[in-house]
Amino acid sequence: MTPPLAPPGWSRWLVPPAALSVHLSIGQAYAWSVFKPPLESALGLSGTQSALPFQLGIVMLGLSAAFGGTLVERNGPRWAMTVALCCFSSGFLVAALGAATEQYWLIVFGYGFLGGIGLGIGYISPVSTLIKWFPDRPGMATGIAIMGFGGGALIASPWSSQMLDSFGADPGGIALAFLVHGLTYAVFMTLGVLLVRVPAAAPPAADGSGAPAAPAGPQVSAKQALRTPQFWCLWLVLCMNVTAGIGILEKAAPMITDFFAETSTPVSASAAAGFVALLSAANMAGRIGWSSTSDLIGRKNVYRLYLGVGAVMYLLIAQFGDASKPLFICCALVILSFYGGGFATIPAYLKDLFGTYQVGAIHGRLLTAWSTAGVLGPLIVNWVADSQESAGKSGPGLYGLSLTIMIGLLLVGFAANELVRPVHPRHHHVPDATAPVPAPASAKDSDAAPRRTA
Amino acid sequence: MPHPDAPPSRRGLTVLAWLWVGLPLGYGLYELVRKATQLFTG
Repeated sequence: MTPPLAPPGWSRWLVPPAALSVHLSIGQAYAWSVFKPPLESALGLSGTQSALPFQLGIVMLGLSAAFGGTLVERNGPRWAMTVALCCFSSGFLVAALGAATEQYWLIVFGYGFLGGIGLGIGYISPVSTLIKWFPDRPGMATGIAIMGFGGGALIASPWSSQMLDSFGADPGGIALAFLVHGLTYAVFMTLGVLLVRVPAAAPPAADGSGAPAAPAGPQVSAKQALRTPQFWCLWLVLCMNVTAGIGILEKAAPMITDFFAETSTPVSASAAAGFVALLSAANMAGRIGWSSTSDLIGRKNVYRLYLGVGAVMYLLIAQFGDASKPLFICCALVILSFYGGGFATIPAYLKDLFGTYQVGAIHGRLLTAWSTAGVLGPLIVNWVADSQESAGKSGPGLYGLSLTIMIGLLLVGFAANELVRPVHPRHHHVPDATAPVPAPASAKDSDAAPRRTA
Repeated sequence: MPHPDAPPSRRGLTVLAWLWVGLPLGYGLYELVRKATQLFTG
């Protein structure tokens, strides 16, 4: 499929809503827990079994982003968004069939396998295009899209709950809910498919040769990027930052309850649920806020903040968390905003180091760090909490060791970020003079921001 | 009066596109705020 070129006068502000329509849809994955209790009671499943579609979905997200990235670069964002739409929506339709016929394997295959491919391709589909449209503010542009992934769960969670309340939590009701999800998301994502455009070809270079001007800065292919230490440093940075964020996310409700259980102001179950909701807001705000900030202060500096200040926040919780509820809440909110910011800033960091040439494919490969952290984070936190409980500890004492481990992980990430240097020219891609090179968009309709790379 | 060769204005389409994604996101944020206030009232 030929990438859809923008006609003259096409506003670059049409591209973020195109990206958001995809990310707000696929972000539904984080609201899967809404379907767990009804599935467990309707089909007689255990908690582990009912989590399978989500877990397979996240594994497929990492795999399809890693292996499909080059195809996305080659075929363009419209192709990628179409694939994401087809896979994600048909995943729901297959799951609806599974629920209606009470064949649970069909739900796992539909939502987890098919839908998971939609998650991975959809996640990386707009990244490269947004960076090309917003060369002056790549952090803000990708921050908007990746914020959408966080926002998707905020929409889906109450919406799916209301649907299950209306349709009933029996197999027929769940099937109907899946069907409505599949059809609604297909319509919603269509906006992205129709609106997305890549910037028109570059104007001829100033040397009079007639060849298109090459994009500024170093350009590195996805294959070559894997051979650079910079890629693996960033892999470590993302993995450590996500693992540390999951350290709070995974245990947020029991953590705040345990920390203040023996104080004069214990935390109720509903207040703990409110705390979890507030963390989601911080996660989302961090995606757009910190990512946009990185356009001003530089990518390396913003990761110094995420990893260095993040470690200090964990230290404050470990040392003084049970002494002050506002301090505990503030530190947790800052950590979660850094967690979201880490996700959203990484595409712009990749663009700074490897250029726009195959940044989407490189981003896809880097997302394996997310999959790793998704396994590592809960494993550490749950294992430590269980072992501390068996050792007879209670209250804040249950979390001391895991908080210390999180500080250590953040410091490893901090060191990896310090090791990031510009990519050696031997890795740079030498463009074919006859091939068309996409040009950055005109910045005339924006408030051009200074660009720094730390 | 716009020049006949000028590219068409896409302001309406831009507003519509942002409303398309903004309205569901607004609903999600409203539900989130409702739940988050439980931290202070619950």
